[in-house]
Amino acid sequence: MAELKMIRGYPEYMRESIELVEKTREERIRNKEKEIELELSMKEREEVLSKFHPDYAPGGKRELRIGPNKGDIVPNEVADILEAWPALNPDDVDLSDIDYDVDILVIGGGGAGTVASLWANYEGIPAENILLATKLRHGDANSMMAQGGIQAADRPWDSPIIHYMDVLGGGHFANKHELVKALTEDALLIMKWHEELGVMYDKDENGNFIERWGGGTSRMRLHSAKDYTGMEIMRVIRDEARNRGIPVLEFSPAVELITTEDGEIGGAILWNMETKEYYVVRAKATVLATGGWGRLHIRGFPTTNHYGATADGLVMSYRAGARLRDLDSVQYHPTGAAYPEQIVGLLITEKVRTMGATPVNKYGETFVFPLEPRDVEASVFIRECYARNNCVKTPTGMRGIWLDSPMIEELRGEGAIRKNLDAMYRMYKRFGIDMTKDPILVFPTLHYQNGGVEINANAQVIKANGEPYPRFFAGGEVEGGVHGKNRLMGNSLLDYNVFGRRAGISAAKVARNSGKPGKLTLKHVKLFTKEVEKINVPMWRKSPILLPDYRGKRVLARKIDLPVLE
Amino acid sequence: MAEKKKVELLEVDSARIMNEIKKAASPPEEVEHWVTIYVMGKPYKVPAGLTIMKALEYAGYRYIRGAGCRAGFCGACATIYRKKGEYRFRTALACQTTVEDGMYLAQIPFVPANKATYDIDKVKPSPNVFLEYYPEIARCISCNTCTKACPQELDVMYYIQAAIRGDVERVAKLSFDCIQCGLCTLRCPAEIQHYHLAQFARRLYGKYYLKKSPFLKERLKELEKGVFEKGFEMIKKMREENPEKVKELYRYLITKGREKEKKTVENTLKFRGGD
Ligand SMILES: Cc1cc2nc3c(=O)[nH]c(=O)nc-3n(C[C@H](O)[C@H](O)[C@H](O)COP(=O)(O)OP(=O)(O)OC[C@H]3O[C@@H](n4cnc5c(N)ncnc54)[C@H](O)[C@@H]3O)c2cc1C
Ligand code: SF4
Ligand code: SF4
Ligand code: FES
Repeated sequence: MAELKMIRGYPEYMRESIELVEKTREERIRNKEKEIELELSMKEREEVLSKFHPDYAPGGKRELRIGPNKGDIVPNEVADILEAWPALNPDDVDLSDIDYDVDILVIGGGGAGTVASLWANYEGIPAENILLATKLRHGDANSMMAQGGIQAADRPWDSPIIHYMDVLGGGHFANKHELVKALTEDALLIMKWHEELGVMYDKDENGNFIERWGGGTSRMRLHSAKDYTGMEIMRVIRDEARNRGIPVLEFSPAVELITTEDGEIGGAILWNMETKEYYVVRAKATVLATGGWGRLHIRGFPTTNHYGATADGLVMSYRAGARLRDLDSVQYHPTGAAYPEQIVGLLITEKVRTMGATPVNKYGETFVFPLEPRDVEASVFIRECYARNNCVKTPTGMRGIWLDSPMIEELRGEGAIRKNLDAMYRMYKRFGIDMTKDPILVFPTLHYQNGGVEINANAQVIKANGEPYPRFFAGGEVEGGVHGKNRLMGNSLLDYNVFGRRAGISAAKVARNSGKPGKLTLKHVKLFTKEVEKINVPMWRKSPILLPDYRGKRVLARKIDLPVLE
Repeated sequence: MAEKKKVELLEVDSARIMNEIKKAASPPEEVEHWVTIYVMGKPYKVPAGLTIMKALEYAGYRYIRGAGCRAGFCGACATIYRKKGEYRFRTALACQTTVEDGMYLAQIPFVPANKATYDIDKVKPSPNVFLEYYPEIARCISCNTCTKACPQELDVMYYIQAAIRGDVERVAKLSFDCIQCGLCTLRCPAEIQHYHLAQFARRLYGKYYLKKSPFLKERLKELEKGVFEKGFEMIKKMREENPEKVKELYRYLITKGREKEKKTVENTLKFRGGD
C-alpha cells in the first residue's frame, strides 16, 4: 500500500463511498418514517440471529468441566479463565498475619463498590472500618464510561411495573423476579438519592427529568447528563466517598477470596501490583463489585470496556463455590467504532441512532431498521459486512457500515450534535473527522456481561446448593439474574446503584450483628486446583488475569526473565 | 419502499465469518509506515497511526498505571510531550492521541492535588463559597495556561474566573465535560486545583440550583404507600402459572405502550412546555 491520501480524516478511497452516502441522504431523510417497514418479523429475526450473531455461530462456546456450574455452556474465553490454574499459590500466603482487619471489605472501586461503601457508611459503619480495594484507580471502571443514561419510572404515565415488564421482555423472560422488582422499585429511591447528592441530570425548568427512548423500552425513561451520564454519576459518588473518608486501596486487586472453616467468606487476598506484595484482609462481610468481562475479547471482538474488565470476580467466587448464571449470553453493541484504527471498538452511543442517524451500506443504501434490539441490529450489520460484502474495508482490514450522523443535524437543526453528543463529537474531532459533516464507520463490539454471580434481593451471593452466603454480597455487572439473557440500555447504571446499595446495607447489618468470621483458610483454592489437575489445562493458563496483554508480538518473542531484579 | 425480501436466505459458514472478524480486529501482521517516538527519552520504532497508548504497548510496555477507560473518559492517561525541535510544551490523553514522529513523551501517573472535604448537606452556596474552600483561586494571574493544557478543550480559566465571582452555575456548566485528568492543575503557576473545585461547583449546582423533580416526589409517595405491591404479586403469579400470558402482556405493553407514550408525551409536555 502506498502512502494513503487523507481527506478530512478519511483515506481517499473511503471518500468514494461517502459520496454515495451523501447522494442518497436527502431521499433517506424524506423517507425516515418509512424505515420501520424494514423491521424484521420474529421469524426473520431468528434467522439472522442464528446465522450472524456471535453467540449462535458455532465454535464459540463450550461446556464447563469443573466447578459449581459444571455442564453449563459458556464462551470459550470465559471457560478458559474459569478452568484455569489459580495464579496464587495458597502456600505462599500466611493467613495468620492479617494486614487489614475490617468490618466490610469492598472489592472493586467502580460504581457498585462505591455505592456499597457509601451505604454501609450511612448505615452506621464508620468509614475507617470499611476498606475499598480496587485494581486501577478509584473510578477507573465501566461506570465512568456510560454515555446514554439510566432508567427509572418516575413519570405519572409510567410505573415500576411497566418498567419491570420491559426488563423481563428484554431479558427473554429469564430474569429473577425478586431482583427485577428490586431494580424497578429502588430506581426511584436512587434518583432521589442522586438529586440529594447533586448529580447534574438534564432537567426541564420545573425540575422534572428530561427523558428519552432507550432500545426495548415502552416508555421514555432514560435519564441522562449530556452524553457523560456515567462519568457524572461516578465522579459525584467518588467525591462523596472522599468527603466521608472511605479508605481506598488502589492498584491492589483481590486475587483470591478467603473462605472460613465453616464454609463462609472471610475476606480476600489482595495483591499490590506495584510492589508485588500480598495483603491479607479479614472482613466480617465482603462485597464483590468487580464489574464485567469485556477485556476477555470474546470471539476476538474489540470492546467498549475499561482496561480492568477481566471477569476476576467470576473466577474468584467460582472457586469459592458460588453459582453463576446466564453466562451463555454476551452482549455485543451494534455500534462500536470501526474506523479510525485508534478508536476501534469504542462505543458509539445508541443515542446517535435514536437522534436520527441511519445505518447505511457502502452504496448509501438503507438495509436495516435502526432501532431493532441490540442483538438483531448487530447481526444484520455482520451480515451486511461478511455475507453480502456491502461494507467499507478500512486500511487495517476492519469492515464496517456507515452511521449517517449528518442526518442528525438535518433532522434536528444545526448544533444538535454538539449539544447532545459532545463526547462523540470530540472523540472523532481528535482524529480529524467531523461527524456533523461526514458519516462514521461502525461495527459491533463486545459490550456487556449479561449474567454473573447469582444473588438474591438482599444482594447475597448464592452458593452451589442454592443457599445464600450470610457474609458475601455482590452488586453491579459482576452479578447475574436481574437482566436475564439480555440487558436493556440504562438498566446497568441502575443495577449497580440498586444492588450496590443493597449490598452495602446488607453488609452493614452483618457487620453490626456478627463477630469476626471463623478461621480463615484457602482450602477451596487447593481443592479447586485438584479439579483443574483432572482436566488437562496447559500450565501457563492462570487466572484471575487482572489485565489484558497488548504488548507487541515482536517484543514478547524476545522477552526473557532474568533471575535478578524480579 | 418496494416489497423486498428483508432476509435473504444466505448460505453462509458462520464459524468462518467469526474467524474473519477476529482476524480483522487483531493488529495487522505487516506494518507499512513507521514513526519513531521517545518514551521518557528512549527511542522506539512503532507503527504509524496508533494512539500513544497502543504505541507504548507495541513497544513492549505493559500498563499498570496510566490506563483506565482507554476511551477518553477517565483522565488516567494524562501525557506531556514535546516534538523534536519545538519549544512548545504539549499535553494530551494517551488513549486519544495519535503518535507522531519525533514525540518526546512522558505520562503522568498521578497528580497530587488536595481536595477540600465538605458536607454537601450543610454547605450553602454563597458568593464566597469557592474562596472559602479554595482560597488559592484568588491568586489566578489569568495566564490561560490551564485552558491551553486542557485535553477536553474546556474554558478552564473562565471557570476559575467565574469561581472567583462566586458564579456556581457558570463554573458547573463550563466544567461539565471535565475528565479530571489534572493537567490544568499541574501547569498552573498559581497552584490552583481546578478540577476539585469544579467538582464541588457541579454538586452545589446539582443539589441547590436544579429543582427537585415533582414527578419523582409523587411517585415516591405512591411507592411508600405500597401502590405497586398487588401488581407485582399478580405478575409473579402469572409468571409461575402462565408464562405464555406474560409474553402476550409484554408484547401488548411494548407496542401499545410506545404509541401511547408518543401521544402522552406530546400532549403533556406541550402543555407543560417541556422537553
Ligand atoms: C462504554 C460503555 C457505555 C455504557 N453505557 C451505559 C448506559 O448508557 N447505561 C447503562 O445503564 N449502562 C451502560 N453501560 C454499562 C454500565 O456502565 C456498567 O455495566 C456498570 O457501570 C458496571 O458497574 P460496576 O460497578 O458493576 O462495574 P465497574 O464500574 O466496571 O467497576 C468494577 C471495578 O472493579 C475493579 N476490579 C476489577 N477486578 C478487580 C479485582 N480483582 N480486584 C479489585 N478490583 C477489581 C475494576 O477495575 C473497576 O474499577 C456502559 C458500559 C460501557 C463500557
Ligand atoms: S479542566 Fe483540568 S482536569 Fe478537567 S479535563 Fe481539563 S485539564 Fe483535565
Ligand atoms: S493556569 Fe492558573 S493562574 Fe493561569 S489562568 Fe489558569 S488558573 Fe489562572
Ligand atoms: S485511559 Fe481514560 S482517558 Fe485515557
